[in-house]
Amino acid sequence: MKSAIIVFPGSNRDRDMIMALKTAVGRAPFQVWHGDTELPEVDLIVIPGGFSYGDYLRVGSMAAHSPIIREVRTHAEKGVHVLGICNGFQILTEADMLPGVLMRNSNLKFICKDVHLKVEQNKNPFLNKYDLFQVVRVPIAHRDGNYFADETTLDELEDGGRIALRYCGSDGDVNPAHNPNGSRRNIAGIFNKRGNILGMMPHPEDAVEGYFGGLGGKPLFEGLSSALGK
Amino acid sequence: MTAIKATLVAEHGITDDEYKTIIEILGREPNLTELGVFSVMWSEHCSYKSSKKWLKTLPTEAPWVICGPGENAGVVDIGDGQAVVFKMESHNHPSYIDPYQGAATGVGGILRDVFTMGARPISNLNALRFGNPNHPKTQHLVSGVVEGIGGYGNCVGVPTVGGECNFHSSYDGNVLVNAMTVGLAQTDKIFYSVAKGVGNSVVYVGSKTGRDGIHGATMASSEFNSDSEGKRPTVQVGDPFTEKLLIEACLELMATNTIIAIQDMGAAGLTSSSFEMASKGGLGVELNLDNVPARETGMTPYEFLLSESQERMLMILRTGQEKVAQKIFNKWELDFSVIGCLTDTGRMVIREKGEVVVDLPIDPLAQASPEYDRPWVKTKIQPVITPDEVPQPKSLIQTLKDLMGSPDLCSKRWIWEQYDYLVMGDTLQRPGGDAAVVRIQNTKKAIAITTDCTPRYCLADPVEGGKQAVAEAWRNLTAVGAQPLAITDNLNFGNPERPEIMGQFVGAIEGIREACTVLNFPVVSGNVSLYNETNGVAILPTPTIGGVGLLADHTKSVGIGFTSEGETIYLLGESKGHLGQSLYLREVEDREEGMPPQVDLVAERVIGDLVRAQIQKDVISACHDISDGGLLIACAEMALASMIGIVFADLDNSTPAHAYLFGEEQGRYLVTCKDPGSFLLSLKEVEVPVKIIGQTGGNTIDIAGESISLLELKEVHESWFPNLMSK
Repeated sequence: MKSAIIVFPGSNRDRDMIMALKTAVGRAPFQVWHGDTELPEVDLIVIPGGFSYGDYLRVGSMAAHSPIIREVRTHAEKGVHVLGICNGFQILTEADMLPGVLMRNSNLKFICKDVHLKVEQNKNPFLNKYDLFQVVRVPIAHRDGNYFADETTLDELEDGGRIALRYCGSDGDVNPAHNPNGSRRNIAGIFNKRGNILGMMPHPEDAVEGYFGGLGGKPLFEGLSSALGK
Repeated sequence: MTAIKATLVAEHGITDDEYKTIIEILGREPNLTELGVFSVMWSEHCSYKSSKKWLKTLPTEAPWVICGPGENAGVVDIGDGQAVVFKMESHNHPSYIDPYQGAATGVGGILRDVFTMGARPISNLNALRFGNPNHPKTQHLVSGVVEGIGGYGNCVGVPTVGGECNFHSSYDGNVLVNAMTVGLAQTDKIFYSVAKGVGNSVVYVGSKTGRDGIHGATMASSEFNSDSEGKRPTVQVGDPFTEKLLIEACLELMATNTIIAIQDMGAAGLTSSSFEMASKGGLGVELNLDNVPARETGMTPYEFLLSESQERMLMILRTGQEKVAQKIFNKWELDFSVIGCLTDTGRMVIREKGEVVVDLPIDPLAQASPEYDRPWVKTKIQPVITPDEVPQPKSLIQTLKDLMGSPDLCSKRWIWEQYDYLVMGDTLQRPGGDAAVVRIQNTKKAIAITTDCTPRYCLADPVEGGKQAVAEAWRNLTAVGAQPLAITDNLNFGNPERPEIMGQFVGAIEGIREACTVLNFPVVSGNVSLYNETNGVAILPTPTIGGVGLLADHTKSVGIGFTSEGETIYLLGESKGHLGQSLYLREVEDREEGMPPQVDLVAERVIGDLVRAQIQKDVISACHDISDGGLLIACAEMALASMIGIVFADLDNSTPAHAYLFGEEQGRYLVTCKDPGSFLLSLKEVEVPVKIIGQTGGNTIDIAGESISLLELKEVHESWFPNLMSK
């Protein structure tokens, strides 16, 4: 699988993502600078976490208007898979490539900790190596991960099988007690209509080596590699 | 030119004698701008005039030390052509005035000290001391400081992996924010601040200069009073996004062969950085202020030279290489400007609009930098408190609960969950253990990092307290299996002009020196913060020690959590029931008294070397050093880290139970073993006191006929901090 990672000024989990792809897929991604206007031919585009442009206006909003995001959109429309993690997810919603918005966490603070996620949909290249409703442990590290959309949009996401992951307890119980940031319906990740874009707040790239407290994120990269690898 | 009046001299914190020296050096009166330069260069913060005499006595060398104190940070060899670069620095005064920006810029400043030397920052830590939890300002200060540290560190993408946090009323009007950064460099690509080559360009990069932080260094060199909040304009404003760009741009430039010397503009900004670089190189420097990127118009030379605007660097580049550098800084959208050149005049000449505004001889000014031998008195020794002078508690379990839910022993999760401790993907041991462990990418190696100090011991006996801070750092690194390498010291004290405070300082240095010497654990960098007093009340003496150690193989490391049920828990080291200055005495009896526990450095080394060797041989499964709160607290921390309980063996009656369980003797570890046979065999080779404490298992702690469930204990342990902050 060939992949590209978009690096903005202020991206800071690009290095983690490059390592994760190397470890799990065996091939490092192309690094594409935000000022570039062309993308190499790839199977997967990754928008990593961080604080693009310092997140000084509204999280992700400046990056969403960068030239390279126009390219990402064109490629996504052609069917290339796009994975946006944390700030990447925020950028994708700001760019209207995914519905909804990521607001300030309900406790108003940055939160870094391991959470449990329930896999809600596995018939896609991103999550095909997980069982349906499998509970996986991966970390979150964000201040603005409180997913919000209106009820109609949320119903559409539910009906279209577009909710990828929800926050839950270690037993898979989805309830407000296991919602770290106030997200509507405990949503941690969603797909676009076509199913080739996944945006998620948690960091699977920080859970691909056993020493670091789990392997919960590894199947995501292996799944992508086997589904998209040529 | 403004005539210099005596009041103006005093306002600049310059004494009459110092002013006489200035006139002697210059052969004339200084102008206002020059007076400003002297005031920052000779401030306590920049000149170390009260502490220099004593700092020189610290051991700073070992075969693995590449660069000791005197540069931006210390450099230590970790093999394979790699080095760790680290330092700790205080940002106490600014953090009290503006907790968010004060703490944030503290992190920014220490990061710059480290990447200036060519290292990529890979870890941040912070040691925090706040006032009484019930003091009306404490909650606001905790909240602002933690958010400021997180806001900066999270954005620049360097993990904040550890630290410590205590509360004591002596910090009510003077909190301590000590920030530490560790970076990774190649030994053949370390950058220093010695200017070389007459004619080479002096280049300014980073953010523009504004009017913020003027006289920050002078402010940090005097006591606080009730007007201090009016000093808010002396606090700088941080921009972590620019810092992140600056890190990337500098490291990119450092990979080319263009930089001769580099220095960050920290305290006293442009003045101090240009002066120090030229002084170290024995050269002169000429600067043109017209070329300094300015944030606002109409700034005076005085303001340009004394501004402490953040995220700025000064570099000496090889002639003709300016274009290479400019291209990189343009890519990162940072300011880049050639603002002067090196000369052979030995003078610092600064021009604005064609006029000379500063003309100072560099060497005489550096030579004449004041150094004081301040009078000091030895701290009075406190009496030993024996166990029978301290009443027994009604219930050991209730006491355990009270202590685990007390300000200094409760879980600090509320703090560290606001820090991104995972970014960069190398954090092997997260906050909450004895030391953080961070992998060195693409190798089997890892480094262990800790910060330590027990200020109440330092107050009671500065020598023992200084010793203990170093020994505990060494012990914490040992407890994860690391070989301790070196320390950085951040010495926070009150007003050195008071002999009893100076006595604390001198005592602590003596203790640090002794411990560093015996443990072969040299000081490679540090920072002194004096005048930590408000309205004449000094803080507890707080010499914070940041320790760094090396693990040759990161898979051979252990944490504090038990790994399985049914394992025997061994106590290594001697327990006599020392309750003087213990948390038990303070929290239960409300007494802050007595002689603190003594550190036997020779025994310390024997026992530590044994523990480390057994961890590296894969014999030990969990390890925790015994510190604040004593044996039972350490046991409870191991149980909560794993949610595996403990069944205690019967207590013998040689020491009263409360003294045995809550006494704070030094040099002790708790271990469990994968391979008890090998472990017991290893004990035959050395003389180390060992005792069986009990067995792991179940979900309760059972001791002397009492029991508590881990869930209940966890609730007590975890709820104190959130409760304080939601008041």
